[in-house]
Amino acid sequence: MTTPAPQTTTTHVRPNYMLIWLYLFVMTIAEVLLAFELPVSQNLKLILLLILAVWKAMLVALFFMHLKFERWRLRLIFIVPLPLAAILVTTVIMEKVF
Amino acid sequence: MTHATQTLDQMRPPFPAETGAGVYSNKLGMWVFLASDVMFFTALIGSYVILRFGMATAWARPGAVLNVPLTGLNTFLLICSSVSMVKAYAAIADGKKYFLRKVPGKTLQDGGLKFWMLITIICGAGFVGVQVFEYIKLVGHGFTPTGYREGSLLAEHALADPVKYGAGVAGMYGSTFFTMTGFHGFHVTCGVISMLYLYFTKVLPEKYSPQDYRGIEVIGLYWHFVDLVWIILFTIVYLI
Repeated sequence: MTTPAPQTTTTHVRPNYMLIWLYLFVMTIAEVLLAFELPVSQNLKLILLLILAVWKAMLVALFFMHLKFERWRLRLIFIVPLPLAAILVTTVIMEKVF
Repeated sequence: MTHATQTLDQMRPPFPAETGAGVYSNKLGMWVFLASDVMFFTALIGSYVILRFGMATAWARPGAVLNVPLTGLNTFLLICSSVSMVKAYAAIADGKKYFLRKVPGKTLQDGGLKFWMLITIICGAGFVGVQVFEYIKLVGHGFTPTGYREGSLLAEHALADPVKYGAGVAGMYGSTFFTMTGFHGFHVTCGVISMLYLYFTKVLPEKYSPQDYRGIEVIGLYWHFVDLVWIILFTIVYLI
């Protein structure tokens, strides 16, 4: 008896994982340089560091976790908690500010 | 393999795709768990951000207390482990089970599931080892979950330069740092233990095939999530 093919079988072209690893590596170095070496204002540094971190996280989620190739119904499971988390943090910040 | 084990394997249900998300139940379960873990880490990171930016001037400056080059190395290790995990997944999906095998016309040998999983486990264990080393060093210098230990070198530095070392909120700094990195380290440790279990019970005995590699995909999802969380933590805790 042979086991039927799993639902995980991919029909898309597999991404170049080593290239994504290179992006992640270069961005990590860029982050450290930005944090300690580059003479930019504190606010600009903060924004750039956050953008780099989110970009790296997106690369991992989309290509390593294959979210880019999953159905929307499955993506929603991961995406839905994010606005809830944003609401949680915003509410606590407002509680502190006002 | 005994006859009884064979029968048991054959009686295992095939991959029933759930009608909702269209994936098999193990994978759906892992995604639901990861969604709950997103909320868990958001609560930790959110609390940190609120505390940190509520008194930004009082917090220790990046690199003053924490060893950023060492943690940068650790980040590199985790990124490497993530790519080796996804290579393990690709290898078994393509039917490559071996440590290394020669590829006709190429000088480099091709790695299979066993090779990439081993690399992932080594990198993951290396991450935990470096983190333990970092904790030992930090506590040795006087940075504890309750703040700077009295009489330590770090406490003296903090007295001399309270702006750089954030002496006023040292307790909060210590507790948030150890809580966030500690919970993440716990996740990594659980991942390494799970991968070791899979390695010895499923990967080495060659129980996975291109038709059935659910365990690899599910542990891979967990591992990449742990990497993803660290990417955010590294920036927020060590660089900002």
